Amino acid sequence: MTEPLLRVEDLRRTYRGRAGLFGGGLVTRAVNGVSFDVMPGETLGLVGESGSGKSTTGRLVMGLEEPDDGRVVFDGTDLTALSSARRKPFRRRMQIVFQDPYAALNPRMRVGDFVAEPLVVHGIAGSAAERREAVAGLFRTVGLDPAFMQRFPHEFSGGQRQRIGIARAIALRPQFLVADEPITALDVSIQAQIVNLFQDLQESMGLALLFIAHDLSMVRYLCTRVAVMLKGRIVETGPTAAVFQDARHPYTQALLSAVPIPDPLRERGRRRLPFDAGAFDFPPGAALRDIGGGHLVLEGASR
Amino acid sequence: MLEISDLAVGFSREGRFARVIHDLSYSVERGETLGIVGESGSGKSVHALALLGLLPQPPGKVLGGRALFEGEDLLALPESRLRDLRGGRIGVVFQDPMTALNPVLTIGRQIAEPLIRHKGLSMRQALDRAAELLDLVGIRDARRRLPQFPHEFSGGMRQRVMIAIAISCEPALLIADEPTTALDVTVQGQILDLMAGLRERLGMTMIWITHDMGVVAGIADTIQVMYAGRIMERGPVEAVFASPRSAYTWGLLQSLPHGAHPPGGRLRQIPGQPPDMFNLPPGDPFAPRNPFATERCFKEAPPLRQVPGSVPGHVVAAWYDLPAALQAAP
Repeated sequence: MTEPLLRVEDLRRTYRGRAGLFGGGLVTRAVNGVSFDVMPGETLGLVGESGSGKSTTGRLVMGLEEPDDGRVVFDGTDLTALSSARRKPFRRRMQIVFQDPYAALNPRMRVGDFVAEPLVVHGIAGSAAERREAVAGLFRTVGLDPAFMQRFPHEFSGGQRQRIGIARAIALRPQFLVADEPITALDVSIQAQIVNLFQDLQESMGLALLFIAHDLSMVRYLCTRVAVMLKGRIVETGPTAAVFQDARHPYTQALLSAVPIPDPLRERGRRRLPFDAGAFDFPPGAALRDIGGGHLVLEGASR
Repeated sequence: MLEISDLAVGFSREGRFARVIHDLSYSVERGETLGIVGESGSGKSVHALALLGLLPQPPGKVLGGRALFEGEDLLALPESRLRDLRGGRIGVVFQDPMTALNPVLTIGRQIAEPLIRHKGLSMRQALDRAAELLDLVGIRDARRRLPQFPHEFSGGMRQRVMIAIAISCEPALLIADEPTTALDVTVQGQILDLMAGLRERLGMTMIWITHDMGVVAGIADTIQVMYAGRIMERGPVEAVFASPRSAYTWGLLQSLPHGAHPPGGRLRQIPGQPPDMFNLPPGDPFAPRNPFATERCFKEAPPLRQVPGSVPGHVVAAWYDLPAALQAAP
């Protein structure tokens, strides 16, 4: 059996708010015991709403934040046990693409230099001419004219900027990519272009993808497996078809019932299921239970 | 109820000038919900700001046109009269409730203020009414929440407060610009259900501006698709979704994922980039991205015309015949 490329085990991250007048600041459990695997070449969709902890999970996996507890095992090595220096070779193999491509770009840097930067940092750039050729190749891969290398970020549309961010992320030929809401900020007519690009890259480079999103219809389309997060925990996970067709957790059911469908006849007749996340508490002893075929649902301890 | 004719708006940036709304004409009937769909550069938000007298001038400039609302031309009214209408006969909800609410005033004061100004209520009466309104938009324990400040409300709750303010004076017309875009999908669902209920109860006319075809499918009677400051297609939602006649509308609907993707499959993408308003092509602005564009599309902007054989009011701006082009396509 194939080993997972990424194994996340019982990841935890707590934020402590500023202490109030009487001490004891508010403790937020942003990520509260999250575990999942990503197989080589696979796309796992991590979905949830604001405050679910999905983006924090992505940042913990990338080592952009340190977990309080838990392990991030990449290709058999526990990254959380490594020093920053010893983690560096792994950084080449895992990259991240952010939601806002403009915030990620340096406005005063030519986009060609921005894409070349990881090559320079990791000392695999070669001569200036070789570097230029490598960046031109990356531009072509993501569907941009290499002539654009000399330009600055403000000269590009949102979709083009996201392509630039992706070109930089794949510059070191990673095996694994975290895509944190990569199409949310883009125009509707551009979203399909970027999703198609992810699929192209996945086929040509064998990339594994952690696709963090709140757009369930896109997750259903793109991902082989899906994990639904609520308040720092995974409440349901499994093969995409199983979770979408046979959702068991009330939160997953509510989420699916709320996705607008671009069809007036179906949209008119539907009923949205209510779910009050604010009032929801995890039942005591809650744990993910396999209901068959790798479809897991969070349930309380059986009475 | 609202009749807009030949609205033209320009924008200047770094010494350059662009027309961002091209002779826009449409009307909204009493009780109708119009869903306006568009993306960057479509002019969907700019035209609403122009109608409400909220367009920053400069850099924006209303170049011409009329917008008759209950017999008055919104574009010709003095600011004082517009201020009376906004929050009075016309309610407004924007995308980001945090910037629209005053952080240092209590929620109660902010809901009460338009009631005092437009309806002549006393502070005490206005606060009573404010509590009723919070209750109406689904905020529990309303009276206790009146003395609270905006930061004590979640994003979804703040948007409910904005809706409470917008409907406080029982507006004849509600203009909502991406009111649910920043919200979680479950909260969006609650707001959409809430608005449908309020529309029934108050008999409001609504203009709902969004980029989300799914939202329009659920809430609108009429859909109006805008691109580069023009209407590309407009008509009853059932007719337009069942048989779009603009290649842009069709492309938007086709690019959305439906179910699981077949192995090796790809989404049908619209090629190219959104229009650069400072560098618009001549003719039909969508032509460079349209696989079905004819020679004429690149030269001459098409007028909006009734779609032959479709229901009355289904209009499209296209020189090509989309169903025929699709049939001929491989």
